[in-house]
Amino acid sequence: MTDPRELYQEVIIEHNKKPRNYGDLEPCTHHAHGLNPLCGDDIVLKVVVADGIVQDIRFLGQGCAISKASSSLMTVNVKGKPLAEAELMVEQFRAMIRGTLDTAVDPNILGKLSLFQSVKNLPSRVKCAVLPWATLHSALHGEEIVSTE
Amino acid sequence: MTTATQALDIARIRQDFPRLNAPFHGKPVIYLDSAVSSLTPKPVVDRLTLYQTLEHTNVHRGVSTLSQEATDRFEEAREKVRAFINAPTAAQVIWTRGATESVNLVAQTFGRAQVKAGDEILLSAMEHHSNIVPWQLLAEEKGAKIKVIPMTDAGELILDDLESLLTERTRILGVTHVSNVLGTINPIKEIIARAHARNVPVLVDGAQGAPHLKVDVTDLDADFYVFSGHKMSGPTGIGVLYGRRELLEAMPPWHGGGSMILSVTWEKTTFCGLPTKFEAGTPAIAQAIGLGAAIDYLQALGLERIAAHEHDLLAYASERCAAIPGLRIIGQAKHKASVLSFVLEDIHPHDIGSILDHEGIVVRAGHHCAQPVMQRLGIPATTRASFSYFNTREEIDALVSGILKVQEIFK
Repeated sequence: MTDPRELYQEVIIEHNKKPRNYGDLEPCTHHAHGLNPLCGDDIVLKVVVADGIVQDIRFLGQGCAISKASSSLMTVNVKGKPLAEAELMVEQFRAMIRGTLDTAVDPNILGKLSLFQSVKNLPSRVKCAVLPWATLHSALHGEEIVSTE
Repeated sequence: MTTATQALDIARIRQDFPRLNAPFHGKPVIYLDSAVSSLTPKPVVDRLTLYQTLEHTNVHRGVSTLSQEATDRFEEAREKVRAFINAPTAAQVIWTRGATESVNLVAQTFGRAQVKAGDEILLSAMEHHSNIVPWQLLAEEKGAKIKVIPMTDAGELILDDLESLLTERTRILGVTHVSNVLGTINPIKEIIARAHARNVPVLVDGAQGAPHLKVDVTDLDADFYVFSGHKMSGPTGIGVLYGRRELLEAMPPWHGGGSMILSVTWEKTTFCGLPTKFEAGTPAIAQAIGLGAAIDYLQALGLERIAAHEHDLLAYASERCAAIPGLRIIGQAKHKASVLSFVLEDIHPHDIGSILDHEGIVVRAGHHCAQPVMQRLGIPATTRASFSYFNTREEIDALVSGILKVQEIFK
């Protein structure tokens, strides 16, 4: 990381302060609990899927700014999207963090989520950014508990 | 500053730590994480290298001169530990992989023999997971119950009702000498005396005590005292279990294997006496000798001078950090070792840790393997700076600047 501000950009700070789609969601069709046991990030994700569309999605929990902003921005970006598109986003987000997808060069549907690209230079924080996406993947595939350790 | 502080030549000491002078994100590293693991001074590294390159073979085996000399060095290290903690005999100093393994050894031998269904194991509210989980495993197996000595918001154990927690069913009391999160120095001697009045033996977790305090297991009257080499300037992979002789002798072996036997037949095996009974297989020889070298190093600096310097750093850091608006120090006990945990507004410790890391400042951020302490205080995590004898006031100034930078980014 050249400068922490590269990662801690205003959008991330702002979503950390005022997370979108924060709260409980009942009834829901899918849910999962994501944990980073090492650092204590902990999110509960609830999703309503109908007609193949992510109709609604909310999260609860605690964590660092990276995990909270990542959760918030994820919900904003997948809400209203067809399931296949949400799944593709999960895949592309993970690839971006792994460093196998460069959002500036490779075609992708990540949009604003490319803000998190610099997390790949900060290996100790990768799991914080990925936690909500891993949890979404688990929720959509019927796994109730996921750990990014 | 006290005279004792001035006596420590910090500039010279820092030359013993190549890590402090090597680049880290293009900046000088400020290592404020000795409570997680201490840096290893060069004389200790040199001792490890000397052993491994010229002196190594197995110990307690064969008649070769090399084996005899390796055994002598290995046993000399045990004697250094004995003297360091003032144990009556070196036979009561058992080598383990670390404090965690020492607690597990006691739980699986002494505990398994003594704890029955309905019995109680008493622990304190500020234990590290290493002095909780081994007892929970035992309690689960035996149908025993874990009870907890509570603590105040400031991080001091509440001992008023200790006698009512020490019941006829209490088989052991496990308590930490120094809290790794709060820095609290517990009144161990008093706790042990009160437990003994109820015939309850006490295991003291000294992982954070041995690096900072003069430990005298005889004066404390401890039944078991455990600690790790890597938190006191020694290598990883080596630790100590001290035990009262009659308890150790009555305990069955834990791991079986070579070294720990007198004779083996298909019908019956007889075991060695102390300490070998608990040391199956080839031990961590270089690491044990390295721990001996670490003790030599600390004693050459002077334990009192180290304590005075660390106390000065803690007082200075506490004063400077307390003056930062929005910063709250976690752990305000009257008697503290050089550990400073804090929370900063609602900024998560991992974000603080990452930003400080970029400034070259190494701290620990998280639950510090003490989740029940976090739950008790109602916080998910803390940021922890821990100070050692090589740290300086200037490094604490840099920590304060780093914290202000975090606030600036999160404004």
